[in-house]
Amino acid sequence: MSDMRMVFASAASSLLDSDPLAAVVLAEISADLFAKAAARHPERVLNVGIREQLMVSVAGGLALAGLRPIAHSYAPFLVERAFEQVKLDLAHQEARAVLVSVGASYDAARSGRTHQAPEDVALLDTVPGFAIQVPGHPAEVPDLLRGAVAALGSRSTYLRLSTETNRSALPLSPGLQVVRPGRAAVVVAVGPMLSPVLDAVSDLDVTVAYTTAVRPFDAEGLRSLASGCADTVVLVEPYLAGTSAFAASSALVGRAFRLLSLGVGRIEPRRYGTPADHAALHGLDAAGIRRSVTEFLGLS
Amino acid sequence: MRAGRSGGRLAGMSRTYADLPGLMTMMTGDEKHGPSATSTLDVLWVLYDRVLRVSPDRPDDPGRDRFLLSKGHGPAAYYAVLAAKGFIPESWLAGFGSAGSRLGYHPDRNLIPGVEIASGSLGHGLPLGVGVASGLLARGLLDPRVFVLVGDAELDEGSNSEAVVYAGAAGLPNLVVVAVDNESSSYGWGPGGIEAHFAVAGWSAARVSGRDHAALATALGAGPDGRPRLVVAAVERRESW
Repeated sequence: MSDMRMVFASAASSLLDSDPLAAVVLAEISADLFAKAAARHPERVLNVGIREQLMVSVAGGLALAGLRPIAHSYAPFLVERAFEQVKLDLAHQEARAVLVSVGASYDAARSGRTHQAPEDVALLDTVPGFAIQVPGHPAEVPDLLRGAVAALGSRSTYLRLSTETNRSALPLSPGLQVVRPGRAAVVVAVGPMLSPVLDAVSDLDVTVAYTTAVRPFDAEGLRSLASGCADTVVLVEPYLAGTSAFAASSALVGRAFRLLSLGVGRIEPRRYGTPADHAALHGLDAAGIRRSVTEFLGLS
Repeated sequence: MRAGRSGGRLAGMSRTYADLPGLMTMMTGDEKHGPSATSTLDVLWVLYDRVLRVSPDRPDDPGRDRFLLSKGHGPAAYYAVLAAKGFIPESWLAGFGSAGSRLGYHPDRNLIPGVEIASGSLGHGLPLGVGVASGLLARGLLDPRVFVLVGDAELDEGSNSEAVVYAGAAGLPNLVVVAVDNESSSYGWGPGGIEAHFAVAGWSAARVSGRDHAALATALGAGPDGRPRLVVAAVERRESW
């Protein structure tokens, strides 16, 4: 099966064929995957070299000229290195683009800290006007990409791809969708966290809700689901722990709710290894999630 | 030189270069203007009076030339020219920088008709201009040109280096950079000046007096030659920050 990056490149190449205003801006990363598209559309597939600031600014300029740009690189280079360009050359100009990252929090575990960006979603969440989508399966990527490009008239989107995936894809929904019902808590699994969450709570009486749509956050959906679960909420996010805590708190304001936020810790592990090693380190494997949830619910 | 002047003055108005100091005084309340405001005054006037094909009647015309003021500092001269050419009412000038004004100490494209980018943080206009120029070509709009005004010290920002090398390699024929050089960069650009750095990246480059309207008009209005173009507009040395 193709991974999310391969599926993205294929879907973006199809968009270039069908939409004369679609454009892709690269900074060497994945340029090989766009070689055929670049041969067909040399004026709309721009590889600017290893220049991430320029990549984001060019995306902004393309948008100002009326195009629908997609910019793509590793998450730390796309979001963190070029953050002022995201803030000013996209958001402040109201020049809209789709930013598509790979690498996620620790896909590149062996590559070390330089290629890891667990902070990307929290950072981008400070920029007004960005939707944030975190697919959990490669099959979810094409529709999310097409939807993001179609929405460029009103907002930009950050699409966060990962080599971590759930066992199967779910139909896309703009908000929280219940995967299994329960009463003691609602456990929100974002993107590729769904399979480990389901494994972690298989024998617990909790609702599991899945979403790819991190922003805008489905506040109404969370209010509704929490009502049936003693206003007890667990967020399981595959990036910095607590990234959506304020969104959940805002959704439940005025209620006596309980909230547990699981995600990547604020630590510098200085460890290599595999994504599974890092998931275990941050308590984001099924065993770690189970440990945290049972303790939170007073079941351990 | 390319034909075409910006038309569309407000009814009954025909402002000249001599009117600009008075318009700037409406903003600053001071007959004496800061160096960052006046260093760009002649370049801006020549662009809007003789070079840019833009009109206040059609600020969204896809075929218009684009002018990107990257060096958003000291925008009084810019606002004065926009008012003189009918893009904004002169009545806006008096409130410059106040809470209710559309005119801030750095311009915002979402508040001011005819302003192509919001600027202020240095080193963003040229990279954005590379994107605009690329986008126009991708849309088959081969005629309009993209003019970006930068300052010599602004070129300290590394983001410009990314843009200069890429635009040269891509050979963007519709991109023109005007570098107003008041020698305010602490470390300068060496014996060859700014133009040496652009030329080595494949740009055509010229240096003219930033106060000589005829020379500016000739250099800025020169037809495309298949490469991006740099015009260094040399003005008086800046004495201090």
